[in-house]
Amino acid sequence: MSFATGLICRECGTTYPSEALYACDLCFGPLEVDYDLAAARGRVTRSSIEDGPNSLWRYRDLLPDPGDEPVDLGTGWTPLRRARRLAEVLGVRELWLKDDTSNPTGSFKDRVVSVALSSARRLGFSTAACASTGNLATSVAAHAAAIGWPSVILIPADLERSKIAMTAIFGGTLLGVEGNYDDVNRLCVELLAEHPDWAFANVNVRPYYAEGSKTLAFEIAEQLGWRTPDQVVVPVASGSQLTKVAKGFRELVSLELADGVLPVLFGAQATGCSPIATAFAAGADVITPQRPNTIARSLAIGNPADGPYVLDELRRGGGDCGSVADDEILECISLLAETEGVFAETAGGVTVASLRQLLARGAIDPQGSIVAIISGHGLKTLDAIADTATVSATISPSLADAQAALALHQLVGAS
Amino acid sequence: MSVVVRLPSQLRALVGGAGEVPVEAGTVREAIVAVDAAYPGVALRVLDDRGTLRRFVNVFVADEDVRFLDGLDTVLAPGQTVSLVPAVAGG
Repeated sequence: MSFATGLICRECGTTYPSEALYACDLCFGPLEVDYDLAAARGRVTRSSIEDGPNSLWRYRDLLPDPGDEPVDLGTGWTPLRRARRLAEVLGVRELWLKDDTSNPTGSFKDRVVSVALSSARRLGFSTAACASTGNLATSVAAHAAAIGWPSVILIPADLERSKIAMTAIFGGTLLGVEGNYDDVNRLCVELLAEHPDWAFANVNVRPYYAEGSKTLAFEIAEQLGWRTPDQVVVPVASGSQLTKVAKGFRELVSLELADGVLPVLFGAQATGCSPIATAFAAGADVITPQRPNTIARSLAIGNPADGPYVLDELRRGGGDCGSVADDEILECISLLAETEGVFAETAGGVTVASLRQLLARGAIDPQGSIVAIISGHGLKTLDAIADTATVSATISPSLADAQAALALHQLVGAS
Repeated sequence: MSVVVRLPSQLRALVGGAGEVPVEAGTVREAIVAVDAAYPGVALRVLDDRGTLRRFVNVFVADEDVRFLDGLDTVLAPGQTVSLVPAVAGG
């Protein structure tokens, strides 16, 4: 059973029932799902979780009530990979990759959508919608298709071709908006006022949606043998993932499910859209919006709603936020692929490049354990690497040509 | 001059259910104050006790975030729409 009790305003603490509400009537603060952790203590145990399915729903006691049956494509319980070769390159002792490229639609968004649409169905909705930088679009379209719901998806019209195709294939209504994500998001909020009977994953069911990201923290701790890592690097767009990863670790420690203390969290942003890194570096507690200009489209939110909470989390534990240029992002997509066999989208390049940057400036301790969240698959952003990731040579089907080409291209591999 | 203030669902109960309220105002701040004069309680929701915009409210004039313009002092043209939108975002 779920130990969720209702919704609570993060700003002023006003409580609300478990309905399709997202902003506080009194102060517009974001609502989040509240739990009776005192009741959960001793009843949610390591073994009760381990007896659950090999999906994020093994943590259903600590998620919003999904109703009779979750909306589930088999999301979660993704690999936590020990990254020894990348650790050696970066000069760190213990590095792990939380590899969410292997979710059903190739990104961590399946976690939040599975939870959001489960709650939406329980609340009586029958149409799914969202504003998206791409990954959420694909995941909402896929989950809606799987339960026979219509979907209405709004994205920036100039998104990566692969993300458009990966979403359109599921047959929903896909609107390309001439503007950036922040324009799309505002449009969605206004559209909601006209269509209150649609479940907008990241608007009116956002409190439920956001809870899905906690399962990253749950899985990381369980896969480490029920212990918390020392440091976690999280890509940051709206900031929801980082704040909910923090909440997940907090719940685990509070319930004494995981050994260890709260990890220090680090954000990862592209310099071309770095409102949170900029505010953090300036010591500010409000976010100045930016106009995004980066190849890391999935992180291109210039006005991040959860930005203030990310700043709080980073400062609480002595964290920091990386800010990396597009060429570093591309370089680190290759570095990750060549050292670990993991093909990440641009956001993964942001995470690895930020890890490298934060190590270089002494913010991350190379002797402590580190987990880097790799949130999306590289097939989603083929456009970004199309110029560099191509054949070594094109040859005729002759042994002589092959040998000549091989003579020119030194073999690289494990050393 | 006449402008229109578009309200989110959270504020519509305060104004008797309407999604838009026409007011006379020259700036964004004046528009919010004018709505509050007709329907007390609106300004309290949108502005904090220092009179600045609450951090989870976005205001748009002609589809532009006023944080990119002159904030609450952004000057309005006749007939323009001021949209009050709760801040939510999620990739």
